[in-house]
Order: sequence, then structure tokens, then C-alpha cells
Amino acid sequence: MTCAVDIRTVTKTYGTFTALHGVSLSIRDNEFFTLLGPSGCGKTTLLRMMAGFEDVTKGEILLFGQNIASLEPNHRPVNTVFQQYALFPHMSVIDNVGFGLKMKGWSKEKRRTRAGEMLEMVHLTDFADRLPAQLSGGQQQRVALARALAPQPKVLLLDEPLSALDLKLRQAMRMELKQLQEDTGITFIFVTHDQEEALTMSNRIAVMSAGHIQQIGSPQDIYESPLNRFVADFIGDTNLLQVEVAAISGDQAQVILPGGQRVACSTATTEKGTHHLSIRPERVTLVPIGSGLQAVVEQVIYLGTDLQVLVRLDGGTAMQVRIQNAARTEVPSPGTRVGLQLEEGAARLLAD
Amino acid sequence: MAGATPDSASAETTYRSARVPLLLPTWLVIGVFLILPVALMAVYSFLTKEMRGGVIWEFSLAAYDQFFINRGLFGDEPPTLEWTYLTVFGRSILQAAIATVLCLLIGFPTAWFIATRPPETRGVWLFLITVPYWVNLLIRTVSLRFLIRENGPLNDALLGAGVISQPLALINTDFAVQLGLFYSYLPFMVLPIYAAVERYNFAWSEAAADLYASRWVTLREIVLPIVKPGIIAGCLLVFIPSLGAFLAPNLLGGAKNFMIGSLIEEQFKKSLGNWPFGAAVSMILMSLVLILLMLYARSAARQETR
Repeated sequence: MTCAVDIRTVTKTYGTFTALHGVSLSIRDNEFFTLLGPSGCGKTTLLRMMAGFEDVTKGEILLFGQNIASLEPNHRPVNTVFQQYALFPHMSVIDNVGFGLKMKGWSKEKRRTRAGEMLEMVHLTDFADRLPAQLSGGQQQRVALARALAPQPKVLLLDEPLSALDLKLRQAMRMELKQLQEDTGITFIFVTHDQEEALTMSNRIAVMSAGHIQQIGSPQDIYESPLNRFVADFIGDTNLLQVEVAAISGDQAQVILPGGQRVACSTATTEKGTHHLSIRPERVTLVPIGSGLQAVVEQVIYLGTDLQVLVRLDGGTAMQVRIQNAARTEVPSPGTRVGLQLEEGAARLLAD
Repeated sequence: MAGATPDSASAETTYRSARVPLLLPTWLVIGVFLILPVALMAVYSFLTKEMRGGVIWEFSLAAYDQFFINRGLFGDEPPTLEWTYLTVFGRSILQAAIATVLCLLIGFPTAWFIATRPPETRGVWLFLITVPYWVNLLIRTVSLRFLIRENGPLNDALLGAGVISQPLALINTDFAVQLGLFYSYLPFMVLPIYAAVERYNFAWSEAAADLYASRWVTLREIVLPIVKPGIIAGCLLVFIPSLGAFLAPNLLGGAKNFMIGSLIEEQFKKSLGNWPFGAAVSMILMSLVLILLMLYARSAARQETR
């Protein structure tokens, strides 16, 4: 597969502050690739470097094999969907969408035709002559998308485009974005701090923190086989327990919990010693006492679709377990002793 | 937009009933200090002049006749168009236009500079812009006169530095008048443009660059159209008072660089004045400004409905 964007040991410093520490990353053509991380992790900086709004301090960025370091933003064949959309307030919707084409020297008729097609694609044909201020947030978002896609960029950069929308709209837009990416075949590079967004839309995700890439992989890889504590903790809910490694062979390990109970798990490390164990709360089932890990129920929290059960393992470690709120679910009452059955893939030993 | 809900409708009614008392003070001020004096001037311009200043309450078109029509020195020649005062108007318009362009050329980058500073330092810059206003305009203009006169500090410095070998005759020139107008009215250009640029979202420039616009095209297609209201407000605020200014032309321009403001001032000064004529010139000046404003409003409206 061809490589759309190749980021080679890119470092970015602002004065004494280092925003990115020698980040390397290859994004494939036609991929929906997400940069995921908390605010300040460097994901937006990296995106802005690809767009050309920030200089690269060290390292290089290749776009389809070409080093783009010396290219001004207006000479890069990439387009951006901005966080607050940045629609031109004095231009109608159709003029906004046609702006990139105008700059590329398209004739007025061709521009109108293409912009019209773009508006049709985002279901805004009837709004062509409105000003951006006359549209709702979701509509503005779609105009921004149409505007960025109209010049048919090789790569589309999306800077937290959904963060300003309300939840329902955000969920609907996720599906639309994904569909759009598949239909157009354009490489999407999507920046978000929302792990659910990343998991639902991406082919691959790079999890970032403090200017480093923590892990790159498919949503499943990231969720099921986190490499380290940061990734396991940032993606989804998890229990992090400090454990002692008893035995490691290949990608399997035996660990000892603080209370002395033993657990078999997959592992991201090959080193013995003290590490963290991640146990996904939804991969644990409550079983009658006698089998599994021994624990006491402390509290049950009603979440609607799920019940969150807070338990304390023998040995004193607190943990949470999620069980489905199905009709036949027996709700354990606080104080009962239970067994915790770890399903396949529930527990993973992490590198630090 | 959302339709009016019953709630907002009742709020509208409350607002309407409160409107009259709320606006009353403004109406009073505008009435007493704007409409009344202007109306008085309009009336005066159609009265007969009293020899020692003042007016006689007798209808006359003499003031307008004096402005537009030339009947020779003794009033016995066939009437032709009077060029004396129209020339003063023309020169004033030119001077004011040059001052406006100068203010725009310096004021726009200044406003841009201030608006792009970190928010906590913008206040300091704006404050510095207003500092000259702590000193009376007359004193500032007189100081400028001292500064640029033949053996003033500017010429001394240039001579000392060897840039010139003869003192520059700056005083009593058009240049001096433009300098005075520029210096007097620059803040009126900076402040409205600053207000417009401050609201400018620099993501728009990034979006334009992202969509293949060069810096120049971004300035022309995005920045200028968006901050245009501020630029126009600044130009009007500089052009209109420059047109009627009398301190700068009187103190810096000397007799041959006469402007409308000086002409009007002279009619009301001392006992030699001609009040109806001064009033008529004022009315003509005001009409000119109103016509300009109307032309602007019309072009702005046309652009809205484009």
C-alpha cells in the first residue's frame, strides 16, 4: 500500500517547551487515521504541521514521498476542516465551498457545478445562498467539510471537527464522516480527544500523550491489547492493579495480585518485576463464591444499560465490574461475597 | 432563525413600553445640541447680514449668491460662476482626502499591530494611542508649528545629521496642513479599525491559505472585506472633521492654504464677519458630507443585497 503521509522523527519545540518528541508515523493512502490523545498531547500541533501552519523544528514530513517542509500552506495538496469551521462570514455557503476551486483557477460555471455537487453530498443544497451565520452548528460543520473536500485534496485533515456539536448530532456525523471517507477514497487524518469517536470511525489510531506516540494500531488492537498504562487507562474504562509477575512466556504471563491471588493474562512486556495489570470491567462476570477471584460487593451503581458493581478483592484492592442490565440479571446486594470470573482478554499486563 | 415565542413577544412589548423614557435623554441632547443649532444655522443662512456681525431678520439669498455667483467687484457685471469659494472647497476636499489616505496607510498597520498583541498588552497600546488627547488640540497644533518651523528642532536635527544643507520650508505648506490633520485625526482611524481587526478570527486566514490563497489574495478576498466596516468608519471619522478643520490650516498652512473651516470661522470672528455667509458655507459643507454619506450608505446597501 502507498504511504500518504510519512512523518519521520518530527520534533517541535516552542522556546524551551517540547510539544513533539521525535514522532514517527506512516499513514496509508485511503486510510481513516486518527490522532487521539488528551489536550496538550501534541496531536493538533502535528496536524497543523501537516497543513503547514507550524514549522517543523526537526525531522521531515513526506506527502506521497515528497518532502513538504518548504511548501507554504497554500501550495500543499491537503485541505483542513477547522475546529470552529472558520467559514468565511462574508461569503454565501456556495462561495465558501467554491473558494478553493476559485483559487485553483476554475471557471465560475465549473465552480458552481462542483460546489453544488459538494452541497448535495452533505445535504445542504437548499442552503447554497445563505450566509454561514444563518446556519446551525451541524450545518456549518457540513459546509466546512464540503469546502475542504471540493478541491479534491489528496489528504483531508480534520481538527476535532465534531467537538462543537451536541451529542446526538456528533454520533450521526461520525457515521456520515466514515461513509464520506469510504465514498471519496480520500485519506482522512482526524484529530480528537474523544476515544469513542476514534474507535468508531478509524482504520487505525495513534494514541498520543505528552508529545509521544504511545501506540499505533486498529481500534481493536488499541482497546484489546494496550501496550502501556496510559493507553489502557485512556481508552475505555479499566481497572489498573499493581501486580508482581510470577512467570512470563511469549505473550502470556502469570501474575500475583496484592492479595496473593493468581491471574493468567496476556502481556505487553517481557520483563519480570512489578507492573500494572489492566482488567476491563465489562469482561468480568460475577459467579458464585468458590470459583474465580474472591471479592466482596461494596456498591452497585445503576447506569441504565449497565450496572457498575464496585467490589473489593480479598487483599484489599478495589475494582469495578460492569454487568449488563438485562431482565434476568441478578443484582448483587452490597456485602455479598462473590467470585469474579475473568473472561478471555479481560486481563492484560502492561509495560509502563 | 427561530420564530418569536410567546415569551419573547411579551419581552418585546415590555421593551417597547420602556423605550420612550429610555430614549428621552438622548432625544433631548440631540434636539438641544444638534438639531436646534443646525436649524438656527439653516435659518441664518437665509437672513440679511448686519454690518458688525449678527443678522437682520429679513429673508435674503445674498449669502448663497455670494458663494456661487460672481457679479464683478462692484456687482454690475453679468453673473458668472464664482470660483473663489469652490476652489477653497476643492482644496479642502483634496487636503482631507490626502490626510485620510495617510491616516489609513499608517493607521491600518498600527491597528493591526495592536489587535494582534496578546490581550493583556493591547490595553497599554490603546492607552498610548489616546495619550496625545490629554493635550488640547490647539496646543498640539502650535507645538507642531514650532517643531517644523525653519529653525525648529526638525530642521536642526536634519541639518545636524547632514541630511539637508538648507532648512526645509515646511511651515505654511500643504504638507504642513496634511501633517497637522494626520496628527490630529490618526486615532480616529486606528480605533475603529482596531475594533474590527480584534474581532477578526485568524483561523479565516489559515482557512484561506489552506484553500490555496496566497497572502495577498487572502488580504484582498478575506481580510479587507471582513474588516471593511472598520476601515470605512475610520475614513469617515478622519475625512469629515478634516474637511471642516480650521486649526491645522490656520496655524500650519498660512494664508494661501485656506480651507473651508477657516473660511467659516472667519465669518463669525470679529466684527468684520458675515454671519449669513458663514451659515451658508456651513450648510453647503454639511450637504456635501450628507451626500457623501448617502452615497456610501447606498453602495453598502447594494452590496448587502448583492
